Amino acid sequence: MLNWSAALSQFLMNLGLPQEVALGITFFIGALVLASIGPVLALVLIHITRKVISRIQDRLGPNRLGPWGIFQSAADAVKLLSKEDIRPAEADVIAYTMAPLLAVFGVIMSLAVIPFANGLIGVDLNVGVLYLVALGSIGIMSALMAGWSSNNKYALLAGFRVVAQLLSYEIPMVLAMLGPVLLVGSMRMNQIAAFQRLEIAGFNIGAGYTAFIIPAMAMIFFISALAESEQTPFDLLEAESELIAGFHIEYSGMKFAMFFLAQFLNSFFLGAIMVTLFFGGWQGPFVDQLPILGVVYFLIKCFAVYVVMQWVRGTFPRVRIDQMMDFAWKVLVPLVLLLILWQMVALKLPVPTWIQYVSVFVGNIVVVGIVLGVLGRYFRGEQLRTKRAFEPKSLIGTMQPAPETAGD
Amino acid sequence: MMDILSQLFPLPPIPTVPQAVFILIALVTVVGALIVAIAPNLYHNALGLIVAFFGAAGIYALLEAEFLAVSQVLIYVGAISTLITFAIMLTRGMMFGRTSRNNKQVLTAAIMSCLLFVTLWGVIGHVPWPSVFADLPNGEAIIAKLGELFVTTYMIPFEMMALLLLVALAGALMLARDK
Repeated sequence: MLNWSAALSQFLMNLGLPQEVALGITFFIGALVLASIGPVLALVLIHITRKVISRIQDRLGPNRLGPWGIFQSAADAVKLLSKEDIRPAEADVIAYTMAPLLAVFGVIMSLAVIPFANGLIGVDLNVGVLYLVALGSIGIMSALMAGWSSNNKYALLAGFRVVAQLLSYEIPMVLAMLGPVLLVGSMRMNQIAAFQRLEIAGFNIGAGYTAFIIPAMAMIFFISALAESEQTPFDLLEAESELIAGFHIEYSGMKFAMFFLAQFLNSFFLGAIMVTLFFGGWQGPFVDQLPILGVVYFLIKCFAVYVVMQWVRGTFPRVRIDQMMDFAWKVLVPLVLLLILWQMVALKLPVPTWIQYVSVFVGNIVVVGIVLGVLGRYFRGEQLRTKRAFEPKSLIGTMQPAPETAGD
Repeated sequence: MMDILSQLFPLPPIPTVPQAVFILIALVTVVGALIVAIAPNLYHNALGLIVAFFGAAGIYALLEAEFLAVSQVLIYVGAISTLITFAIMLTRGMMFGRTSRNNKQVLTAAIMSCLLFVTLWGVIGHVPWPSVFADLPNGEAIIAKLGELFVTTYMIPFEMMALLLLVALAGALMLARDK
């Protein structure tokens, strides 16, 4: 396996630097690059969001500053920087200041284990996937801290709701992450990406995605990622279009921008994790010959997933909180548990590997089919019931809703 | 003059890099623990506890026990602290600093904690800490070995833990159910 940092530190040592200094400089450069990707990326992501959503809503979006309005996000960032930093009089200073920092910290730390190309990874932890799961809990803490320290009961209530949502959707997300881990037999992110190669006549076209074997897991991960990053249809915590924001209601200026940054980056990085786990990461044609191509493939896939997220955001209605919780606990969790169980059994069957994969795939399709069937029947019944409840009772009837029992 | 000073107060040896890192992490942990014990506001105590948990995770990471470090963050920072914070927030009276750190049991608690400290001190001093000579498996193998031990040698404790959690879950459901 290539190791880019080893190459760099070797180069520095060849220049005559002692080993410690060379290693120190290498680590510093790596950390600096990773940490500064975030803010720059956020500007790009905001621009993409605006353009995609405006396309869906049949408008042009930002188009004044620079070609295609690409400098609009930069102008907005400068505006946020110059805003006054207001703090509620009774706020708890320490927690109030720490919360936005923690939010961004928890998100940017996940960059450390994301492989951009073969071997181009901050640190290839042997518990990489578990590390990503653990980072999710920091986001929860920051939301609670922000909600509590603002000394505003609406912020506190919103903080509780954030925690309820994030905790509920963390369970299906973590269990869905187990799918590729079970297939590969490793929690190293780079190894999971390296596993997803597909050789045709000795040439790696890099399309052996785990999503082809466990499509249902990939779907569950995507839905949970939408909820974890507080995107539509699960953005009822923020409801940007109708309400003031939730737990960060009392924040202004740069502190608010930090939460904003964390949210955008979180949705992008969850997409990146999804790409690594389910869509081959840096895999693609010619990646064995020219490893740097991996960065291109990886970024293309990540932005594609991000655009799909914005597509969902532009087209789906928001769910109610009870529907959201029901969906997590009554649909996603049992579904993903069943899938994991089947996958574990199938991977232990004493048959060739490809039969195991096919049986896992068939299991995925069957389970999802059954769930969609049950849900479809339920919602069709629900639709009929509500429609019937609003039908006029006589020819000259009013549009009064009928009593609860009618029509059942 | 300088000679006498350096004889009287010999400078501590310059720590190596791991030692320096350990000292930093230990300081963070101790400060966190002190906040837990001293801060007047209950919520600040919870935050201090999180800092202490992070410090412990850092020590595990320093000892190259990545699995333990990550689990520490996942379980203690993620689950336990959230639980504690929730408990504090749902009791509004305690939330805004109207609690006193002292109650009637101050003396008992002081005696008990002193005794505990002495006991721990004695135990730490007298246990012949074994040093591991066998090579640890590295990389994936160490995680695989851990998983294997969970379902072979330590199966009963592992399953008991699962059972305990299940009982706790059922109990919580019973308590929270509408009458």
